[in-house]
Amino acid sequence: MSRDAAILWLKPFIARPIALAGLGILLTTVLAALLAPWLSPYDPNAIDPVIRLTPPNAIHWFGTDQFGRDTLSRVIHSARMALLIGSGVVLFALATGVPVGILSALFPRLGHVLMRMIDVLMAFPTLLLALGLIVILGPSLTNAILAIGLGYMTTTTRIVYGLTLRLRAETYVEASRSMGAGTIWLIGRHILPNLISPLLVQASFVFAFAQLGAASLDFLGLGAPPEIPSWGNMLAESRTFVTRAPWLLFFPGMMIVATAFSLNLVGDALRDRLDPRFRQVFGEKG
Amino acid sequence: MWSFALKRAGTTAVTLVAASVMIFAFIHVVPGDPIYVLLGDTATPDQIDALRHQLGLDQPIILQYLTWAGHVLEGDLGRSIFFQAPVTSVIADGAETSILLATMTMIWVALIGVPVGVIAAVRHGTWLDQGLSGAAMLMASIPTFWVGLYLILIFAARLGWFPSSGYPSIFEGGVINLRYLVLPSLALAAPNAALILRLTRASMLDVSREDYVRTARAKGIRPWQVVRRHILRNALLAVVSAFGFTFAALLSEAVVTETVFALPGIGRLVVQSILRRDYPVIQGVILVIVVAYLLINLLVDLSYRVLDPRVELQ
Repeated sequence: MSRDAAILWLKPFIARPIALAGLGILLTTVLAALLAPWLSPYDPNAIDPVIRLTPPNAIHWFGTDQFGRDTLSRVIHSARMALLIGSGVVLFALATGVPVGILSALFPRLGHVLMRMIDVLMAFPTLLLALGLIVILGPSLTNAILAIGLGYMTTTTRIVYGLTLRLRAETYVEASRSMGAGTIWLIGRHILPNLISPLLVQASFVFAFAQLGAASLDFLGLGAPPEIPSWGNMLAESRTFVTRAPWLLFFPGMMIVATAFSLNLVGDALRDRLDPRFRQVFGEKG
Repeated sequence: MWSFALKRAGTTAVTLVAASVMIFAFIHVVPGDPIYVLLGDTATPDQIDALRHQLGLDQPIILQYLTWAGHVLEGDLGRSIFFQAPVTSVIADGAETSILLATMTMIWVALIGVPVGVIAAVRHGTWLDQGLSGAAMLMASIPTFWVGLYLILIFAARLGWFPSSGYPSIFEGGVINLRYLVLPSLALAAPNAALILRLTRASMLDVSREDYVRTARAKGIRPWQVVRRHILRNALLAVVSAFGFTFAALLSEAVVTETVFALPGIGRLVVQSILRRDYPVIQGVILVIVVAYLLINLLVDLSYRVLDPRVELQ
């Protein structure tokens, strides 16, 4: 990316300090996930019954849980799961939604069938669809990604479909086609490049909602296996000790909120720099 | 109008049939033979053959679907393995809680989301607007079960103002039992009020750019009158339709909240049935929620057109 392009992308963030803060929180989370083994003061799974349910202090900044495990180390390690599930859901939604959306818009007859199928999937509320799939596939990390991803594949497909229909009607696309450009050339040269920035906006919102969806599944015991630390799993385990150990509720929850909020802020800032022609394809819900 | 209504109802019917095929297929793709699922591991081969025949599972799959769909239309959703009772009555038991919870949530959403959204739009661009919009985005980023647990911690455990869990029917204990739903409905209202707030604000700003608003201002009508009579009235059309969608979505969004507050609604029924592998109940609940979702959306679309004749035929 050239210097000018980088400045163009950073512009909406510089104008809005709170969005910049969101970007900062996100970078911190990514760093925490990458450097988890070096950053965390203790082994996240080391059990020590003697110090169980210790409130936050100088040795254990975030306190310890019912097994005496260090909450701070577990919170840091959970960032990996958050990143993994978020990027998994985004990748799945893009890898399925983009081709289906583009092909539906370019080939109306195929599109008619495919978009009706998307309508059918959209008749299932996102969480219900995820729960149904978990029943069929069984609870696991990959299946949680698939189950949540399917719900956002539909919205991504709709957005790509809408955008491609608009692009197809542009004069330069028609000109290119009249000069004999093939479909693959059109997609690679004119459609995909124009989809990048709106898809970046969509990706940040999907990433945010995936955090909340994954936390819900973990909380219900239908997401990532309980032995892997995740913010949702930590909250689910803390339920029984809420009154005695409120710090177990506070820290993982704050991390979910901070991550989802930052992603929403970033998505909002990116949306504002979006091509005005595309803005109305995105609803308020993102 | 009528041709629009018919067309729209037709699409809903097609979607519904396709969705019903998926829901029917559900019981055939869950791990294991549905017969074992229904009878448990201890069934004898004779019992298995008998049930297979009784359920028509030895018939061609298309015939099976038609039989199932026929039963569904007659209001028969099969039997719950866990409760040993018809699925319809199991779902009906949870309906009171779910519907009351969703209604109470919508009341909070309307009381908080709409007025605050109007204020943000009227003070558009000021620090107040930025603060309110930012707060709304924050609310939409908080998991409902986390809010719920904090509400329990503060208002039930510490202050003792509201009960922390359960819900005895209002038909047995009177309207006073609605206090059991106050905390869960507030938790559920938080993200939805945030969405309605943002929608109200956006819709108000859209309308305020219309020519007739400028005309009204130019005529010298008092600013507050313009907001109330010209902007708000038109902006609320979009908001009212969002209310329908939100209510429909709440029926399933409540899954986590009902679990946190141990409410005997359909949401918790789904989660417990998943853990109990009570597949007929899961199937039944999914069907009921999808039908409710599609019907409410249909009603919203139709009423939208009655309320706002400018909506084009689509």
